[in-house]
Order: sequence, then C-alpha cells, then structure tokens
Amino acid sequence: MELVKLTIDKKSVEVEKGTSILNAARKVGIEIPTLCYFNLEGMNIENKPGGCRICVVEVQGRRNLAPACATEVTEGMVVKTNSTRVLNARRTVMELILSDHPFDCLVCPKSGNCELQSLAHRLGIRDIPYQGEQSTYRKDTSPSIIRDVDKCILCRRCEMMCNDIQTVGALSAINRGFMAVVAPAFEMNLEKSPCTYCGQCVAVCPTGALTEVDNTRQVISALADPTKTVIVQTAPAVRAALGEEFGLEPGSLVTGKMVSALRELGFDYVFDTDFAADLTIMEEGSELLDRLTRYLSGDRNVRLPILTSCCPAWVNFFEHNFPELKDVPSTARSPQQMFGSIAKTYFAKKLGIDRNNLVVVSIMPCLAKKYECQRSEFLTDGNPDVDFSLSTRELANFIKLANIDFNSLPESDFDRPLGESTGAAVIFGTTGGVIEAAVRTAYELYTKKPLPRVDFEELRGLEGVRAATVNFDGLELRIGIAHGLGNARQLLEEVRDGKSQYHAIEIMACPGGCIGGGGQPLHHGDASILKARQKALYEEDRNKALRKSHENPYIIQLYEEFLGQPLSEMSHHLLHTQYFDKSTQIVIE
Amino acid sequence: MAVIKLPESKVQQLKNICKSFNNDKGELINVLHKAQEIFGYLPAEVQEVVAKELNVSVAHVYGIVSFYSFFSMVPKGKFSISICLGTACYVRGAEKVLDEFRKQLNIQVGESTPDGRFSLSCLRCVGACGLAPVVMIGEKVYGRVAPEDVKGIINEYANL
Repeated sequence: MELVKLTIDKKSVEVEKGTSILNAARKVGIEIPTLCYFNLEGMNIENKPGGCRICVVEVQGRRNLAPACATEVTEGMVVKTNSTRVLNARRTVMELILSDHPFDCLVCPKSGNCELQSLAHRLGIRDIPYQGEQSTYRKDTSPSIIRDVDKCILCRRCEMMCNDIQTVGALSAINRGFMAVVAPAFEMNLEKSPCTYCGQCVAVCPTGALTEVDNTRQVISALADPTKTVIVQTAPAVRAALGEEFGLEPGSLVTGKMVSALRELGFDYVFDTDFAADLTIMEEGSELLDRLTRYLSGDRNVRLPILTSCCPAWVNFFEHNFPELKDVPSTARSPQQMFGSIAKTYFAKKLGIDRNNLVVVSIMPCLAKKYECQRSEFLTDGNPDVDFSLSTRELANFIKLANIDFNSLPESDFDRPLGESTGAAVIFGTTGGVIEAAVRTAYELYTKKPLPRVDFEELRGLEGVRAATVNFDGLELRIGIAHGLGNARQLLEEVRDGKSQYHAIEIMACPGGCIGGGGQPLHHGDASILKARQKALYEEDRNKALRKSHENPYIIQLYEEFLGQPLSEMSHHLLHTQYFDKSTQIVIE
Repeated sequence: MAVIKLPESKVQQLKNICKSFNNDKGELINVLHKAQEIFGYLPAEVQEVVAKELNVSVAHVYGIVSFYSFFSMVPKGKFSISICLGTACYVRGAEKVLDEFRKQLNIQVGESTPDGRFSLSCLRCVGACGLAPVVMIGEKVYGRVAPEDVKGIINEYANL
C-alpha cells in the first residue's frame, strides 16, 4: 500500500494512493459539500460523475478548480477547500443549479429531507441572481414512483442505480444541453418501461425529482368510513427503520411503539406481515422439499434451483428479462399478498363481513409493493386482496400528521390471529433471511429431527452474492443468495445456461434486502444505517420465543381450520400465483 | 409483451454488423452509424435490436441517439436538406436561411414534410467555408445562399 502525503486547509494528511481529495479531507474532519456524489461505502455503490462542481477545491499550481470527488491526491499536494475563490465558485455553481429549479419547496414531498435544500441552506444562498427560462417536462406517474423531472439536477445517481447496480436499464440521460433529462427509452412513461419499481432511484435521489406515490389520503378516508373495517399489516423491515424518522438511533427496534401508533391511528386490527412470512415459509419450504424429493428420486424434469418469490421488484425483473425462466421461481405469493388473501377470506369470514367492507393496508419498506397489490391476479371481482400499501416514510409522516408523540408511546402487541409470528419471519427483512427461515423449517420437515442450531451464520452478511452449503442430515443443500438485481442477474444467467450449482436461491432486489428498500427512511449514503437495521432484525429473531415458522400456533391453526396442508388445493388457490412474460419481443416479418 | 416488426433481411444485415463489431458495447456509436445507413433512420424498433445484440439497455441506446444530432428517429425525406451552421456559415447568416427553409416547408429541424419529399437538418461545416452560407440537398452543394434564394431552390425539386 503506497501512501501519499498532502496538505488540506493547512492540515497535513496521509492517505492511500488513489484516494480522492474528498475522502482525504474527510479523514481530517473536513466535510467538503457534495451534491451529485454518492457512495454507499462497502457495498460497491458509487456515483462520481464530477458533474455538479459543488465540491470544487483549489489545488496549488493548478489553474482550474478541481472537483474533490473525482480528483485523486498526489504527493505534496496543497489543497484549499474554503478559500474565497472556492467559496465564490461554489456559490455561483449553486445559484446556477437553482436558477433551473422550481421554487415550490413549501409543497414539495421532499421538503425537509432534500439534499439540494440542505445544501442551499448550508451555502447560505439567499437569492438567485440568474433569471431566465426554466426547463420543463411532463410529470410521469406510475403505480409506485412519480417522476417530476423539473426538479432533477442531473446528478445521475438514479441512472447509476438503475443501470450499474440493478441492471434494469429503465432510466438513462437523454437529449442534450438544456433539453437533457433522465428518462426511459423514447421518453415513454415509467409504466411502459422495464422499470421493476424497486425504488432504488427514489432512495438515492437528492431532490424531489423521484418520489413515491403517496397513498396516505386514501388510507385516511378508509379509516374515516364507518362501514369499513380497516386492518393493517407491517413488514419486518419497517420496525427496524421507522424509529429513525423520529430521531432514534439507526437499528432501534420500535415494534411495540409502531403497533401502538397504528392503533392510535384508528386501525381496527393491527396485524403483522410476519405472520404471512411464516405462512410463506410453509408453502415455499414445502415446495422446495417437493421439488428436491422428486429430483432425488430421479425426476429430471424438476426445475432446480428453486428461486424465492417474495420480492415484487425481483418478480418484475425476471418477467421482463428472463421470461424463459418463469417456471423456475417458487409459485408462492409474497407475504404481503398471502396476508391479503387470508385476511379477505379466512379473517373476513371469522368477522362475518363481506370482503368489500374489509380494507387491508400494508406498511412496507418497499415501493414495488404498491404496484404488486394492484396486479390483476391479486384482485377478486375487482376487489384487491391488499387495498393500499404505504411505505415506512409515509407511515412516519402519517404518525406526525396525527399529532402522535411516537417516542413516548407505550409498547403493545399485535392482535391475534394474524399478528403472531416467529423469529424466522422477522429476518425476512434482510438479505439471507428468507432462505435461513426456509432452511429452519425445511430441515425439520425433511429430516424429521429438531435443528441442532437455529442460527445459520453462513447465510448472513452483506456481500452481494453469497453461497453456502447446509447439511440436511447427509444431504448437502447448496444455497445461493443475491441482493441487488445486478447480482441477481449473475445467478440467473447461470440458471439460464444450466450452470447453476444451487438447489435454492434467495433473491432480494434492493441492496441489503428490504432493510435497504426504496420505501425506507433515506440513508443518504450511510451504509452503517443498513448494517444497524440488519443487526436489529437478527436481535428481534434471537429474542423471539418461537423461531421456526412451522411452530407458529396460529399458522398451525390456520391450516387445521382452513387450508388443510401446505400445497393443498386451497393453498394453491389462495397462496400461489403465476408469472407472465413481459419482455419485448422482436418479431421479424 | 410489445411486438416489433421489421423486415427480416435488414434485421439480419444489422445483426451481421453488430457481429462484425464483436457485439461490443463500446462500438455502439459505430453500429448506430451503420444502422442508420441501412434503414435511413433509427426507429425505436432498430434501437431495440441494437440494444439486444450489444447487451445494453434500450434507454442507453436512446440516450446516445437523442444526444447526437446526426442520428435521426424520423425517416429522411426524398430530398434531404442540410444547412451548415458552422462558424463561417453562421456569421454569414445561415440562421436566416434556415428560418426561411423552416417557413417555406413548414417543418422544424429534424422533421420531414408530410408528403415525405423534404427533410430538414443542420450540420457543422462541410469544408466549403469560402462559399458560406452553404446548403446541401442530397449531394448537391449550394453556396452563398440568401433567404431570398430559398423558394427558388425548393422549386428546383418540384417536378423531380
């Protein structure tokens, strides 16, 4: 490792060769302002087009100011980050950026959490001396994501996420100069593009150019309607992140307070998506065992590896990009949809009400869930199994809107029967968690013996692609895990080419899994937040009395009273689904 | 599932061109040049084929096509009119000439007349600065063009 010595604002610093001025300055506590630059450290996610010029610094002996994010340090370099020349240039750059940005901060959904707004504040911008034409573009609304391109500053973070990390290729910078925008091919709407609604573009957008569709008002109307019974389900990753919106440390588990808050908001029953996650494991785990046993008994038509199907963005991804593999993933619906389906049949019947008078709301770390609950397969006579899906961020805003002092709320428990869950379900919220939950159950169902240990450390971590072997009493089960759709693509290409060595693969679309979902509190590039959320989920799992899905008494009851057994006809009807070819076909005449 | 229709022989030709560049993403611009030679323009369908062959997203291909003014998504007219807006032509009034063409043909730069006879584009320097401002129609070069000449030039093609 070669070291380089330099001086930044009269402070001497020694860093590894190849380090940027920006990172060298951070090492001595100098935080150079940035805008387009984005780095999720340790997860190979970086955007440094050097385009916005906010981070310019003065380098002695160099005629022009240098962008700190994209300039590497050299031996003996003398850098000034706060000279008059730098401060003036930075102000001018900011004023120019703002001269083509709408001034509707008061009503912008990003207000208060906008990096452009914070930067304008930090730089003390008080007026915009440059007046002139502003670029305008139509607003594009999809089931999950709204594009308001007028607010785009062309930082290209979304493009980096969509192309380099997710390999979805829905967004690209198009046109040039004043007409330049980030848009799907042929400027079509997002809904017509290969967008998976993973929401990672929204998660990294520094302004209000990319935001989620806000369904809060519809939920408020439902809650106010006396003819409706409104129930809510909360996804596992929400409880590990919601507290951040109320100033709590990342990784604070707020399960009990969240339940209290939802009750105060007026939901008639507060249930847990984790219950449905346990149910997913029953179905998906049984499907895995079914395919495996048939394979081991010589049936070579069985499609292995089996792929998890909980993640709606991932489902969209393979429907668009690998339609030839659409019979490979598990047919199990996602926990959100299993919950909706059971709620509107089993639970509605228990309450003695019509499904049309039962409104199911989900709280999700995810934006693709908004799209998923609108898919036509999940409607019965036009009535959706899940009516509305709110993101973690929307729930936080809703709680604030209702004048609820979240931090002083008492802790309370989910309602029964759809609120009981095991530790296996909790870890659904992180990469590696679904497959670990499946292994815990599949092991005991297959070997008919109790697990010697519940924790499968070998399946945990944050590397993009992971592999592990689990011994099922003599049978070596090979497991692959990928999070981030670019990583998923690698494993999928192996499957397509017949080179996959795995029996089962877990895929989550977002880096980190649902803890890093597009609907979570914004991490602004701080990867330690994702790690803290992951740790919190494993902690909740450890603290649960029951940690294997098949031990959930209410799941056992559900099968006894209603479904029969996993993969039964009733299960197939209510808990499984099919996938569709959404690729673009080129037909030659 | 979107369905795209293109003539087979031309698609094969395009695929062969991609192959001749080893289906290398880095050759995207060269491939698009050749594709425009084959089809005369770059409709969405052609961009889809190129994207598939070079294993890049269609959005990326469209990003390139929309960035460079040379690439066109509308078919060129039977007579393609190009007005030079290079420095020499510009200072000698090329913009007024361009305005006159736009007025006479009632189309914008990058468009074609509804009858498909004329299309209008701009280019940067044809190496005939001594003749500025310069207009090209097909391969024919017109020098020292004034706005008053425009109507007459268009009329030359009326019966062709």
